[in-house]
Amino acid sequence: MTTATPRPAPVPGPPKPTPPPVRPTPAALRTATEPISVTGAQSLVHSLEAVGCEAVFGIPGGTILPAYDPLLDSTTVRHILVRHEQGAGHAATGYAQATGKVGVCMATSGPGATNLVTPIADAYMDSVPVVAITGQQSRALIGTDAFQEADITGITLPITKHNMLVTDPIDIPRAIAEAFHLASTGRPGPVLVDIPKDVLQEQTTFSWPPEMKLPGYRPTTRPHGKQIREAARLIAAARRPVLYVGGGVIKAGADAELKVLAELTGAPVVTTLMARGAFPDSHPQHLGMPGMHGTVTAVAAMQKADLLVALGARFDDRVTGQLSSFAPDAAIVHADIDPAEISKNRRADVPIVGDCKEVLVDLIDAVRGEQAESGGRTDLAAWWKVLDEWRETFPLGYDWPSDGMLSPEYVIERIGAIAGPDAVYTAGVGQHQMWAAQFIRYEKPRSWINSGGLGTMGFAVPAAMGAKLGLPDTTVWCIDGDGCFQMTNQELATCAIEGIPIKVAIINNGNLGMVRQWQNLFYSQRYSNTDLGTHKHRIPDFKLLAEAMGCVGLRCESRDKVDEVINQAMQINDQPVVIDFVVGADAQVWPMVAAGKSNDEVKTARGIRPLFDDDDAATGKVIDHAVIDHAAVERQEHAGDFGAEFGAEFGADFDGGTEGER
Amino acid sequence: MNRHTLSVLVENKPGVLARVAGLFSRRGFNIESLAVGPTEVSEVSRMTIVVAVDELPLEQVTKQLNKLINVIKIVELEPAISVQRELLLVKVRADATVRSQVLETVQLFRAKVVDVAPEALTIEATGTTDKLTALLRMLEPYGIREMVKSGMVAVGRGPRSITAAAVR
Repeated sequence: MTTATPRPAPVPGPPKPTPPPVRPTPAALRTATEPISVTGAQSLVHSLEAVGCEAVFGIPGGTILPAYDPLLDSTTVRHILVRHEQGAGHAATGYAQATGKVGVCMATSGPGATNLVTPIADAYMDSVPVVAITGQQSRALIGTDAFQEADITGITLPITKHNMLVTDPIDIPRAIAEAFHLASTGRPGPVLVDIPKDVLQEQTTFSWPPEMKLPGYRPTTRPHGKQIREAARLIAAARRPVLYVGGGVIKAGADAELKVLAELTGAPVVTTLMARGAFPDSHPQHLGMPGMHGTVTAVAAMQKADLLVALGARFDDRVTGQLSSFAPDAAIVHADIDPAEISKNRRADVPIVGDCKEVLVDLIDAVRGEQAESGGRTDLAAWWKVLDEWRETFPLGYDWPSDGMLSPEYVIERIGAIAGPDAVYTAGVGQHQMWAAQFIRYEKPRSWINSGGLGTMGFAVPAAMGAKLGLPDTTVWCIDGDGCFQMTNQELATCAIEGIPIKVAIINNGNLGMVRQWQNLFYSQRYSNTDLGTHKHRIPDFKLLAEAMGCVGLRCESRDKVDEVINQAMQINDQPVVIDFVVGADAQVWPMVAAGKSNDEVKTARGIRPLFDDDDAATGKVIDHAVIDHAAVERQEHAGDFGAEFGAEFGADFDGGTEGER
Repeated sequence: MNRHTLSVLVENKPGVLARVAGLFSRRGFNIESLAVGPTEVSEVSRMTIVVAVDELPLEQVTKQLNKLINVIKIVELEPAISVQRELLLVKVRADATVRSQVLETVQLFRAKVVDVAPEALTIEATGTTDKLTALLRMLEPYGIREMVKSGMVAVGRGPRSITAAAVR
């Protein structure tokens, strides 16, 4: 084994040439400007400055080259040269999720553009405001299978909120203004602007602001008063309400209003994977995350609720489990800015179309009105008694690996405890992601950034890079798996050279852990192609790999060194740090509801299953006890391998083929 | 499943048809017929889309359509309060022995003969789906050599215009 050659840390940030004095200042551009004669490429850069874009992640290439020339002169738009376009896209998403601003990525035509497809699809699923700018072959060559030609507007049609091909340079300012407006308003989402090379080269005029022409785009933000009153009436009448909070609350900046409503009603709150941080984990009314790997209490509370108030959530299959048996007794109030989400999966009794912040403000007023009329808030003591019992009986927990190796949950828990609620955490997809969602305590919105809807492995490193660029004074931890890390770790070179000191914790269990967990549970422990060899052969050696890319490389293999190495990483602020946490391969994510199964089938790691009596559920009677399967506990304690039994219990109709768990 | 006729006003821009058609297939809805053409407003095109779906999926498909930035307005046209027409061109085998019988059918349906050859007639007919189906049934015994049908176009009855309200 060789050691990496020690090298000095690169100087952060490349020097910028002084801009020519003739260009109007961006401050002036934000207001109205007189038309000036420019190239299409200059018009593009002026437009980006005018909309307030501060960072562009990208890679130049043949057709986008004209745009990179005036970009060199810009004093307000910083371009980050990434190593792979996928990194540019996820970085734009990380930047947008951390700051609430629009993230921007840029690529050339053909392969550059197609490499953006995954991050664009990712941003679409998680409703992230991202603008992607791609070069395109010159107008005369479009449709001729020219070099590096790809129909990227056609390709991204189903994964963008909107996209456009600019065919006249005069339209560039309008296209950019519209793209940013579409990406950031209503339900946010990615917008792609494809610009042919000759459009960038042609002489045109630039003036600001352009007139936007979007006759078909009128998002509803103000909720309907009648629906608000109806919702408030249901909330006031509910005996077992649950506030089901989704990512829309964070996007709307409505966390303060959510807290007011929660405390006004006394109702329990669950925050989905996309909403972690929207409501403080320390708050006594917080039951945690619902869904496939949610807390038993959050899952059970929804199952037994008589009212779900869904706020900026979309009844995703990972939350509802088998839809037909989801929250069978609950009336549904569903508030979302996207009318198409309402009643898509579960019929809403009270549909509310509107921005979550405005919905919550109006709802708070209406609930206050209801309470004034009925002389106070509904007594939820009986409901809380049940919930508290569940919380006490089924807390989140984990066991130490029997082989004496590090517990991945412990590592993640300690990172959260040491870095604290002021840090930003990003994650890839898989076991480490679920543990990071479970065992880090989130107190603030935008402190948890992950790939929820698309489940994109390799998201964490570039997303952390984007988040750190947007929030340079905030500690950004990237919690990654050894599988995920090997997909996009090249952006560490970008971080080192551009001076973006992120901290990466590789939860290295040597395997594609989540897939292995499913193989353990549902495929008779036949581990087909999940061993990555990062344990067995230590290939790659993540410490050396980090050093090779200009980062500090650390390794931790024992419990007593965990805090020390995390603290060591916390002290390094001038270079990216990578810690290879070598953890046990057999740890599993619990609790779990198997795919396609009813949430009533939620199981904890301890072989304990809260028994929900169907007859009682049908009559709406609160189940105020949970039954512990003592036999199962004993079996687990003795055998140590509860997985096989778990898998057997789930039966053979498990729908593994369509899952593609990554 | 019921048939529904949707009038969709869209921006007259390249690629809009692909967006609409792609949305239907992606979300698992089948288009029975589709017709696109210009309107009295030059920037606006009008699509008439016939879909066979239940009430709930119909709501979902209109909501999804509305999310397309280039879609300006969607109106469902109820058959009772709208005029709905399709155009049919059909080439029927008709030599001298049966030509007069075929012509009689053409007249009954108020259709038109638009081309004549010694062994065949080409007939143009407009009407509702039901009328054209009935006409075809009458012509079938003579032998249909070729037929083509447009998608349905439809307009609401009465003085109101959906375009005027949408575009201002």
